[in-house]
Amino acid sequence: MSLSTAPAPQPAGGPPDAGGGPEGSPLKRLFAFSSLNAAKLGSLQVVIGLVVIWTVFALAHDRFLTATNLTNLALQIAAVGTISIGVVLVLLLGEIDLSIGSVSGLCAGIMAVLNVKHGLDPVLAIVLALLAGAAIGLLQGAIVTAFGVPSFVVTLGGLIAWQGAQLMVLGDTGSINVTDPTITGLTSTFYPAEVGWALAAAGLAVAVVATVRSRRSRTAAGLPVGAVAWDVVRIALPAAVGVAALLMFGSARGVPLSVLIFLGLVIAMDLVCRRTLFGRHLFAIGGNAKAARRVGIKVKRIRLLVFVLASTFAAAGGILAASRLLAVNQASGSGDVLLNAIAGAVIGGTSLFGGRGSVWSALLGALVIGSVSNGMDLLALESSVKFMVTGAVLVLAVVIDATTNRRRDDA
Amino acid sequence: MTVKEEREPLLSLRGVSKRFGAVRALDDVSFEVAAGEVVALVGDNGAGKSTLIQVMSGTLVPDTAEVRFDGREVSLGSPADASRLGVATVYQDLALCDNLDVVANLHLGHETHAAAVLSEVEMERRAVGLLDELSVRVPSLRTPVGMLSGGQRQCIAIARTLLGAPRVVLLDEPTAALGLVQKEQVLDLVRRLKARGLGVVLISHNMAEVFAVADRVIVLRLGRRVATLPAVAEQQQAVVAAITGADGGIPVAAGGFA
Repeated sequence: MSLSTAPAPQPAGGPPDAGGGPEGSPLKRLFAFSSLNAAKLGSLQVVIGLVVIWTVFALAHDRFLTATNLTNLALQIAAVGTISIGVVLVLLLGEIDLSIGSVSGLCAGIMAVLNVKHGLDPVLAIVLALLAGAAIGLLQGAIVTAFGVPSFVVTLGGLIAWQGAQLMVLGDTGSINVTDPTITGLTSTFYPAEVGWALAAAGLAVAVVATVRSRRSRTAAGLPVGAVAWDVVRIALPAAVGVAALLMFGSARGVPLSVLIFLGLVIAMDLVCRRTLFGRHLFAIGGNAKAARRVGIKVKRIRLLVFVLASTFAAAGGILAASRLLAVNQASGSGDVLLNAIAGAVIGGTSLFGGRGSVWSALLGALVIGSVSNGMDLLALESSVKFMVTGAVLVLAVVIDATTNRRRDDA
Repeated sequence: MTVKEEREPLLSLRGVSKRFGAVRALDDVSFEVAAGEVVALVGDNGAGKSTLIQVMSGTLVPDTAEVRFDGREVSLGSPADASRLGVATVYQDLALCDNLDVVANLHLGHETHAAAVLSEVEMERRAVGLLDELSVRVPSLRTPVGMLSGGQRQCIAIARTLLGAPRVVLLDEPTAALGLVQKEQVLDLVRRLKARGLGVVLISHNMAEVFAVADRVIVLRLGRRVATLPAVAEQQQAVVAAITGADGGIPVAAGGFA
């Protein structure tokens, strides 16, 4: 498990690049050309870590690797994973948002109150709750950009203030049961496997078409195209994982809607980050904010937008959590929600220092934390042990990340 | 005293003065660079080199100055003014994003895009063309620039300015902190900029490299322009003397404390 995207490894003790030509050791060139770049290698480490964790729990408890339990695991991580997407965006920017837990609780509360107490249409209640999240992000982002206050402090204030707002919104009872079928359906709807297969086939078709088109336009532009084998692997590997997941979901309760929502958000935001102007500028600011400003990137506007997105994803995660627990109470969004969302992004491979990482780390990190927690629940371990193990996993991930980063800096 | 006086300067400044409180950073300084010419701007620390570069890049507005570009009188009130005229600056810190690859850094802030989607193929094509033309070689265009050598990074930073089709490039100590081979790499690039007909202004402390690439040397001392010499080996001592104020033979050197 790596904390941030690890770079392609340098040959140990290799001399620093001495200058001009198509130099570099053969190993370095191999890594440069094979497009096994930083982000991918980082993800690879997390996947290996995940395999280790799954192996350990599979050996320790025979029910861990069953379709029923893995479906449960998927349902458990959808909410916090969604919050993690927003955390990844903020971390890529080189900032932090500590208010996401409170915001998820407050927005879930807003949805519940609007729907249950005021009888508002569930879809409208959800939309208003998301808008409330966006407004909170706008406020926090505006304070950060306008006054140059560290986001750590602004969102720490937010953490406390929005928790207060949540108590106020929930009122005297302090707890609201959510029974509306549309809202609870977000996490209790399961589609037959055929729906999953159709979606997967569509996704595969899009990936193949996009790859072929990219190869064609690169050839047309006279640019080198990589080996076909690489492209096949790049498409086949995720496809294989998808097939395995669908077989697993199919043999249990079906494909959960909440997982489709989470996965759809991850894919969408990953494309936004890697393929759009906004994403490129986001990475640029995270890498070197001063340089970004100097070349004319609208740094403040991007910062503002990212804080809006982070709070909106927090609201979405809060809504999913409320849907799954069938209630919003004073403890919603508190406790380990914030820490798990941030730890997940970091364990998944997004750097705390900005500019390095991927939206997929929200999914991978949530899987790691969720698996550890789920496995220890199966083994009926105490909370005390769970906390300590989760903490140790986080520190381990940071240590691996720091050592790989150091290797890059030395090179 | 000056060489190539017959050439019409592309960028020229007259009577540039700038005070910071009681300190006269620049005192009635003039400066000129022609197309296809490399002018080295030298002087001891505090001589006013950086202040003058800042004036030319539009980041610092002088108290008085008369600026002409291509024979027309212009104003340099902001970095945007400078880039509109075609004056590009490569700062000492390079302003690269180490986490982004070569293609992304070359196009930083000026990405090619359709709607909001990046046109990677088009950007990569332009990057290949530009780097080929300048003979700048990197292991891969998809390498994060943080993994490149200092010389390669400097070349990327210089090449980046060329995508904006500038006519004058200001280089602030481009070879400071570089090894010998990498220095040569950067100096080669400077020669190619000159060959493309660009005016190049080079700040440097290193006399060997000044005499290796520059056509003319302008010496500043204590905010004044004290000498202008052809960059030929025989003048090296005269340049050093002008920098330290040990000359006395150059008329404009009045006011020196040596």
